[in-house]
Amino acid sequence: MLEAQELACLKGDRLLFRGLSMSLDVSGMLRVAGPNGVGKTSLLRILCGLTMPEYGMVRWHGEDIRRDRERYHRALLYLGHAPALNDLLTPLENLRFACASGGEDPGAEACRAALVRIGLGGQLDLPARVLSQGQRRRVGLARLFLSAARPCWILDEPFTALDVAAVADLTATLEAHCEAGGTVILTTHQDAPFTRAPRVLDLSGVAC
Amino acid sequence: MLGPFLAVLQRDLTLAWRGRADVLVTLAFFVIVVCLFPFGVGAETNQLRAIAPGVLWVAALLSTLLSLHRLFAQDHADGTLEQLLLSPEPTALWVLAKVLAHWIVTGLPLVIAAPGLALLFDVEQGALGVLVLSLALGSPILALLGAVGAALTLGLRSGGVLLALLVLPLFVPVLIFGAGAVDSHLGGTGATAHLLLLGGGLLGAIAMTPFACAAALRIAME
Repeated sequence: MLEAQELACLKGDRLLFRGLSMSLDVSGMLRVAGPNGVGKTSLLRILCGLTMPEYGMVRWHGEDIRRDRERYHRALLYLGHAPALNDLLTPLENLRFACASGGEDPGAEACRAALVRIGLGGQLDLPARVLSQGQRRRVGLARLFLSAARPCWILDEPFTALDVAAVADLTATLEAHCEAGGTVILTTHQDAPFTRAPRVLDLSGVAC
Repeated sequence: MLGPFLAVLQRDLTLAWRGRADVLVTLAFFVIVVCLFPFGVGAETNQLRAIAPGVLWVAALLSTLLSLHRLFAQDHADGTLEQLLLSPEPTALWVLAKVLAHWIVTGLPLVIAAPGLALLFDVEQGALGVLVLSLALGSPILALLGAVGAALTLGLRSGGVLLALLVLPLFVPVLIFGAGAVDSHLGGTGATAHLLLLGGGLLGAIAMTPFACAAALRIAME
């Protein structure tokens, strides 16, 4: 489904990695591993199409993602380092906007239910600036419950700042998504309780 | 397809309402700059009458510039811009919504305040309509051109100064035809030609700048 060929990534004057090829099939989960600064986030951004690789290309269903951006982005959900929250809006408004900007409208009720499920039932009407780091993280992650229709999930450090119960729930959600035929690519430094250990792509192997 | 357009428009207007103090700064700046001129050039009525269109237009232009750097900065910092660029809908569409919301919040108040300020300069009542019309057509062009500059300087150190250097020269034609419309009305030649040129410029800017802005934002994300 998603494959990358001979990717090279240049950051400033420094070559982070080169000759990186990978492919991910239906129901595949991939964990990108490696020490800080090896280029994990850069790789995820290249796979999303936010950054151009210095060399190589990314294909979605055999088609270069740059050629058919809209089709790929309709199938993609990317949650990056920054949680995309505006401090002046409530979690509900933030979540609804995030869905609408992605071209979907699940409705206020579904958004509310997703936020309650992720444990923000008591904070629905508070501005996001009073939320803790973990709660801010959760608002972003609530989109996962609303985006089951998007097959390709790319998550940058989804477990950061979450408590144990939330990590377990999130892990279960990711595995359920893979079983339903989706693909997940994630980075994490934490040990998550996966029932089936995901494939690991270690970037230190291709780092320059 | 209109989903992201309306969502961005509604969100930006909500945000502007919740952070109204920021918005009032632009209007206050406009009023203060205009009010400074009589102190500087003296209160001779004929002189004030003559410089009024130019003063109002230059003040509107500087006020627009004052708020431009905020157009994408917050969304860039909190990651919203990333998500918007990953939207499957055309980028130019929501960029246009952002600029429209920005103009409603910062440009429209200037258009509304301008006739009141023009009275301070004893501008002939018949010319007020032309002044309002020229600002209503011209200030959205400023916002659209400025948005391209804001996107190009996004995330740069001293981006604000660079933005001014980048877009002020582009504002010159708008200033010439905008202030010229009022002058030619007062001179008796009629403002139609100037206003038509401004209208044409506005349509051209609506058609082209969102695409330039979208391309610049993608580069800024790299």
